[in-house]
Amino acid sequence: MGEIQVKDKEVVVPGETLATGMDFLPSYGTRREGDRILASRLGLVNIEGKVIKLVPLSGVYYPKTGDTIIGYVTEVLLSGWRIDTNSAYSAVMNMKDATSEFIARGADLTKYFAIGDYVMVKIINVTSQNLVDLTMKGPGLRKLRGGRIVKVNANKVPRIIGKQGSMVSMIKQSTNCRILVGQNGVVWVQGDDPAQELLAAETIKKIEREAHIPGLTDNIKGFLEKNKEGIRK
Amino acid sequence: MAYTERNDGRKPDELRPIEAKAGVIKRADGSGWFKIGNTEAYAAVYGPREMFPRFRQNPEKGVLRCHYTMMPFSSAGDRVRPGPSRRSKEIALVTEKALLPVINLGDFSNAVVDVFIELPQTDAGTRCAGICAASIALADAGIPMTDLVCAVSAGRVDDMILLDLNYIEDSHENGVDTPMAMLHNTKQVSLLQMDGEISLDQLKQATELAKKACDEIYEVQKAALKKKFEVTENA
Amino acid sequence: MHEDLKNGILSLLSKGTRRDGRKPDQYRAVSVEYGVSKNAEGSARVKIGDTEVMAGVKMEVMKPYPDTPDAGSMMFNVELTPMSSPEFETGPPSIDAIEFARITDRGIRESKALDTKKLCIESGEKMWMVVVDICTLNDDGNLFDAIALAALAAMKDAVYPGYDGEVIDYKKKTDQKLPLSKTPVTVTVFKYGNHLLVDPTPDEMKVYDARLTVSVLDNGNICSMQKGGDSPITHEDLFKMIQMAIDRSQDLRKHL
Repeated sequence: MGEIQVKDKEVVVPGETLATGMDFLPSYGTRREGDRILASRLGLVNIEGKVIKLVPLSGVYYPKTGDTIIGYVTEVLLSGWRIDTNSAYSAVMNMKDATSEFIARGADLTKYFAIGDYVMVKIINVTSQNLVDLTMKGPGLRKLRGGRIVKVNANKVPRIIGKQGSMVSMIKQSTNCRILVGQNGVVWVQGDDPAQELLAAETIKKIEREAHIPGLTDNIKGFLEKNKEGIRK
Repeated sequence: MAYTERNDGRKPDELRPIEAKAGVIKRADGSGWFKIGNTEAYAAVYGPREMFPRFRQNPEKGVLRCHYTMMPFSSAGDRVRPGPSRRSKEIALVTEKALLPVINLGDFSNAVVDVFIELPQTDAGTRCAGICAASIALADAGIPMTDLVCAVSAGRVDDMILLDLNYIEDSHENGVDTPMAMLHNTKQVSLLQMDGEISLDQLKQATELAKKACDEIYEVQKAALKKKFEVTENA
Repeated sequence: MHEDLKNGILSLLSKGTRRDGRKPDQYRAVSVEYGVSKNAEGSARVKIGDTEVMAGVKMEVMKPYPDTPDAGSMMFNVELTPMSSPEFETGPPSIDAIEFARITDRGIRESKALDTKKLCIESGEKMWMVVVDICTLNDDGNLFDAIALAALAAMKDAVYPGYDGEVIDYKKKTDQKLPLSKTPVTVTVFKYGNHLLVDPTPDEMKVYDARLTVSVLDNGNICSMQKGGDSPITHEDLFKMIQMAIDRSQDLRKHL
C-alpha cells in the first residue's frame, strides 16, 4: 500500500519524496528510486489518479517543432538573420523562409529586418544538435511593429492563454489591446491608450507571479475591474 | 591556553545561525542567498544558455560553469584585490564538482549553465556557503536536479571536534578545517578538502557532525524555495 | 537598431509618460541601507527600483603620493558583476565599469566633500588611502545613479579602523567617521529627441541619444559633469539637463 507524502499543488524541491510504495507512477519531473517517487526538479505537484507529475515553475524555454514564438533579430547574415528565441539555442531564418517577396542576391537585408526587430515566427525544425529552423511564412506570422514586449517564464504561457484562449481574450477585451503570446514566453502587447497597454502588461506579469494560486481567473478579473481606467503612476 | 570553549559560545556541534532566500536577483534565471553566521553568499544562475567560446561546447550535454568571487570589502582584514586569484579559481572548480552529481543537463547539448557566486561578507566557511546558495539558485532556475547539495565545514581545534568553524577557529595554529558538500538524500560526498593533521577517529567524529548538520541546512534551503512561491495576497 | 523600441518610447514621452507609467522626471522607489557588510570599514546597499548595488569602504595606510605629501587619497572601483546582468562578462573591468568608476570618483573628489588633508598621518611618510568598491547585484537600469549614491553612502557609514601608528587593527572599529563635509549627489539625465528623463529602465537605456551625469552639491552648485551617448547636445539642451539634475537631486539626497 503506497502513500502520497505531499499535497496536490504543493511546491516541492529536487530530491523531495513525493510518494512511497509501488502504487504510483512517476511522470514528468519525477522519478522512481526503489519504493519511493522523488522530485527531479523544483515544481508544483500534480496528482491525477495514480500518476504524479510536476508542473515546472521556472526553467528556460526549450524550442519545439511546431511552436509559434516571438524572437528578435540579433545578427544580419549573408542570406538570412539570426534570431534570439529566448532559449539556449538561437535560430537562423533564411531569406526564402522570411517572405514570399523576391529578395535579390546582395540586397540590403536590414531593409527587411534589422537588429532589435521583433518577429513572430514558427519553428519548422529542431535537429538533434538543437539547431533551430524558422519560417515567417504563415498566417499571422510577421514583423511586430509598435507596442511593447513582456517577457514571462515560458512555463506560464498556458495560463496566460487560458482554456481555449479565454484568459488572453479577457485581457484583450478589458484593455482593448492587441496581444500575441509566443510559446517561448515572449508576449507582444499593443494598445492605443498607454495606460491600458500598461495594464495589459501588468496583468500578464501578475498571471506569471500567481499562476499556481487557486482562483487565478477570478483574481485577474478583479484586477482588471479594479484598474479599468488603466494604470497611471 | 588550549581551546576548550568556543569563542562565540557555541556548543561543538552547533551551527551558527543560518538564513536563506530564493529569487533575490531578478535578472537571473534563478538565484539564491545563504547566510551562516557572518558569512554571506549570493548565487545567480544564467542558463541553460548559448555557450561561448564555442569550442568549449559539449555536443552530448550541457556544461556547468561556476565562478566564485569575494567582494573587495568582504574580508576581515585587508581589502581583497578584485580579479580572479588562484584560490578563487580552485574554489570555483571544487564548487562545480560539488554540484555536478545532482545536475542533469542531458537535454541541453552545446549549452551552458553559468553559476556566479559573490560574497559580500566572509567569516570562514565561504565555499560551503557558496555551494548552499548555488543549490538554491539552480533549483530556482528550474534546472533538472536529482537532489539539493548542502555544504558545511567541520574540523578540529586543539582537542575539540567542531562543526562550522568561524574565521578565528579556522586560523588557529593547531586546527583542521574540512569543508564538505553532500547530496542531501544519500549523504554522498561531492566536495571534500582538508588541511591539517587529524587522527582517523577525530575525522570520523567531524564527518558525523557534518552529516547531521546537512539535514538542518537542507530544511532552510527547502523553506527558502517554497517561500518564494507561497500564496500571497492579491497585489 | 532598435528603431521600433525608440519610436515607442518617444511616442510615450511626447504624451508625458513612460512604459511603466512613471513621469519622465520620476525616480522609482529608492532605498539606502547602511552597514550591510560587517568586515568593511563602511558599507551601504542602494536600491533604485529593482536595480541593486552594494558598496564597501576599506582603508589602508600607505606612503603619500610625492606631489601631495600632506594629503591622503581615495580610489573608486566598480565591479559590474556577471551575476547582475547577462550583459556583463567575467574578466578585467570593461570600459563601462571604468567609466562608472571615474564618474563616481569625479563627483565625490571634485566636491571636496572629503578633506584629504585630514587623511594625512605623517607628512611625506604615512597617509590613509580610502578605497571604495561598488559591486552590482541586479541591473535593472540606471546603474550610474545607484553606484554613485552607494559609494557616498558607504563613505558616510565608514569609521576608521584601529591604528597604533604601526599596524592597522581592522577588528577594532573606532567611532571616528571620515571627514565628510558635503553631500554631492549624482543625477544622470537622458535625452531622447526633445525629451529628457531620469532613471531609465533597461529598455530605455538601449535607445537614448545622449546623457549627462551631473554631481550636485547641497548649495545647488554643481561640481562635476560627464556627457555620454552618441549624439551631440545643444547649449540649450545642456542647461536644461543640468537644471533637471539639480531639481531631481533632492529625490536622492533625502535618502542619505
